[in-house]
Amino acid sequence: MAHQQLSVNNKMHDIDVEPETPLLWVLRDTLNLTGTKYGCGLGLCGACTVHLDGQAVRACQIPARAVGTKKITTIEGLGASGIHVVQQAWIDEQVPQCGYCQSGQIMQAAAFLAQNPHPSVDDINSAMAGNICRCSTYQRIRRAIQRAAKARS
Amino acid sequence: MASENNISRRSFIATGSAAGVALVLGFYIHHEHGLHEAEAPGFRPNAWIRIRPDDTITVLVEIPEMGQGPRTVDTMMLADELEADVSKIHVEQAPVVPSTYKNLGTGGSGGTQDAWGYMRRVGAQAREMLIAAAAQHWRVAKQECRAENSTVIHEPSGRRLSYGALVQTASRLPVPTGEDIPLKQPKDYRLIGKAMARVDVPAKVNGSAAFGIDVRVPDMLFAVIARCPHFGGKLRSFDSSAARSTPGVRAVFEVPPIGFHPKFEVNLNVAGGVAVVADSTWAAMQGRKALKITWDKGPHAGESTETIRQKMLAGATAEPTVVWVNQGDAVRALQKSKRKIEATYEMPFQAHATMEPMNTTVHVRRGGIEVWSPTQIGAVFQREIAALAGIPPDKVTVHMMYCGGSFGRRFQWDYVAEAWQVAKEMSRPVQLLWTREDDMQHDFYRPYSYHRLAGAVDESGNITAWWHRCVSTPIRPVFHRPEELTPEYVASQERGGDLIPYGAPNFRVDFFPVESAVPRAWWRSVSDSFTGVAVECFVDELAHADGKDPYEFRLRLVREDRKIQRAGQAGGDPPLDTRRFREILKLAAEKSGWGGPLRRGWGRGIACCYTFGSYLAHVAEVSVDKDGNVRVHRIVCAVDPGIAVNPDGVKAMAEGGTNFALTQVLQGEITIEDTAAEQRNFDGYQVLRMNDAPDIEVYVAPSGAEMGGMGEAAVSGTAPAVMNAVFAATGKRMRRLPIDPTLLAGSKV
Repeated sequence: MAHQQLSVNNKMHDIDVEPETPLLWVLRDTLNLTGTKYGCGLGLCGACTVHLDGQAVRACQIPARAVGTKKITTIEGLGASGIHVVQQAWIDEQVPQCGYCQSGQIMQAAAFLAQNPHPSVDDINSAMAGNICRCSTYQRIRRAIQRAAKARS
Repeated sequence: MASENNISRRSFIATGSAAGVALVLGFYIHHEHGLHEAEAPGFRPNAWIRIRPDDTITVLVEIPEMGQGPRTVDTMMLADELEADVSKIHVEQAPVVPSTYKNLGTGGSGGTQDAWGYMRRVGAQAREMLIAAAAQHWRVAKQECRAENSTVIHEPSGRRLSYGALVQTASRLPVPTGEDIPLKQPKDYRLIGKAMARVDVPAKVNGSAAFGIDVRVPDMLFAVIARCPHFGGKLRSFDSSAARSTPGVRAVFEVPPIGFHPKFEVNLNVAGGVAVVADSTWAAMQGRKALKITWDKGPHAGESTETIRQKMLAGATAEPTVVWVNQGDAVRALQKSKRKIEATYEMPFQAHATMEPMNTTVHVRRGGIEVWSPTQIGAVFQREIAALAGIPPDKVTVHMMYCGGSFGRRFQWDYVAEAWQVAKEMSRPVQLLWTREDDMQHDFYRPYSYHRLAGAVDESGNITAWWHRCVSTPIRPVFHRPEELTPEYVASQERGGDLIPYGAPNFRVDFFPVESAVPRAWWRSVSDSFTGVAVECFVDELAHADGKDPYEFRLRLVREDRKIQRAGQAGGDPPLDTRRFREILKLAAEKSGWGGPLRRGWGRGIACCYTFGSYLAHVAEVSVDKDGNVRVHRIVCAVDPGIAVNPDGVKAMAEGGTNFALTQVLQGEITIEDTAAEQRNFDGYQVLRMNDAPDIEVYVAPSGAEMGGMGEAAVSGTAPAVMNAVFAATGKRMRRLPIDPTLLAGSKV
């Protein structure tokens, strides 16, 4: 075990974990922030997507020791200052079915739109291809991202 | 899916109605917050509604939520009759108290139908009591009052009282029972058939929705089980020393396999293995990696996709074990026919691959057992754990969590039994979870099937003979005792293609089972997921052989209004109504612009199915590149669910079910080698992703007839529509799914 500090959703946490523990499990088991989901453990499905200094990353692929002083934002922190425009778009388009993948989808979409505020459909498909939805809500996700892009501009 | 005992939806509804009449005032212990529900103030006319003095309303929905929307559609039904202000409603999962709630489980796409009667009735019951309470308070006649938007209004005087203000008075009134509580006329519906925002969406966009894997209770431990990768294999020996010294690991022990239990009706199919219990999920996974285990491959060693294929091919020409329907003499008619068309279709095992892998949390205490599980069958889990532990069911508390997808996987009994096996060795709560690899390799797969069809068409375009041999690795033998496995029962979950509207006077559909050690069970749409391919691809081939447009060919065959009963089944689903079939076929053709111009190299395909009581038609537009890769550009889906209680919910199921089905067409396949699944994760088992997902245009056209199901209905017609489109684009028939691009590479356009 090693002691370290992590910044999660603008709050500092003192934690003691094995340094190789993926950030995903630090969030879920050490900090009980279960909004970030486990889907595959190999970075193939996107369910564990969080932001590190605003960049979308797969938390299952980031060992705790590699986070350093970067600021982690999880789905719980996305709407910290009022509901995020992407979350509102997800509600307006009634996107979720089972909902399990949606934290990862929303985090991926939010980071993507921050970089790419006027995406084409092809841009959206590329950016979101790493996030699996078995309920297959893909077209509503596409429409929600387009709606959020419009709302941001 | 057919329900466990093959109960028809009609008789299922009757049982639900009887229960609705014998209403029970809902006093029960509300576990989650340790509150005695009986102590909380409020009006509780029945087990589904609580209204508080502050006007807030809690609605309890018992059907488990796995994305198919029961929390919303059931609330719509209740709230419409209750005349409730929906902004005041909070929805919760009903507790697992089977004496009160009769639908603590779902499967077979019967959920909305099952809830349709009693959810409206309990809402109406509460409404009538609130009106009576107001009338009593004002000393006026009930008939002068009406309810609207959580308020009772006395028309002549204009006086109003909110439901919250009526709670005390209403609580003292007798609860009306019986069938004579007036229900609304459809013209007065405010929510039913219209729209209501999905009640679970806000929690599902902010990370607060709790799935089974998210359960966090004080003092809990986490566990994983190492299972033999070979189906039917056993543990031979293991060395736990390295595992035990992994940081965070608390216990390592063998868990035995569980098959049949004397007090339970089905084989639990618990594989057994070695459990590793730890302080955290990661520690448990690391501990398991450190195990040294030797496995015995068991009695079924050497099974592979190739050995299964060989048995399939043999079964295609063997004497059938069951003949589901045999009108006329198809065999002889085909022997005599000069224009016989023959075709085969082959579909492999498919995984459920729910985004939330299997898991269950169990706490075994001296006084009872508490279970938190994402499940489709909460009441059954209660009985199952009670049987295993040898305690009365009312000592087992089951919390049904949100399911992160299910598609039939959580209709199985194995993962809850495993969690109990581990938890009973520990004094603390234990969450047993499955890694993605566990989930992929120890699934209960959609059966492997092979279909051989032969048919003939006369000069007028009528099908004169149709013979469909269905061969599969059937579901029933996985779960039932040998003495129950009559040939008919073995075939019962594979049945399909035996009720088609195309009117062949010589019509034969028969079955042959193939044995396999690979576990199989219900996958979204069950046998419709493969018999749909056989039927709708074959009728397409007959159309082509006859030189006809495949839409026009089908349309002509269903031009007369007929009601066709499934052969040999008394009761059951309503007959196939060719009028409804025709209307939905026409709607899909019209909306897709069938017959109109298409881009060069593109092809259009059509399929139409009567499935789970609903009528759906798909038109797919595809293109195939020079490497043989199929791209699905657009799908039009026309749906007649009879009654669309939540039209957006119907659309969502059509969109999602169609895209879900594309995985089996384009990429997904579970292959077997050495009696083990070769795919371990999403690298090996490829599923549909955003960049391959077409937009699905859904047209919901409820005919007002009997309500059908929608959870699974969109799967059946998707694959054949795409396969027929591929033929239209390339002239090549796909005989096996997923489509092999090398067979299409270099196709002339």
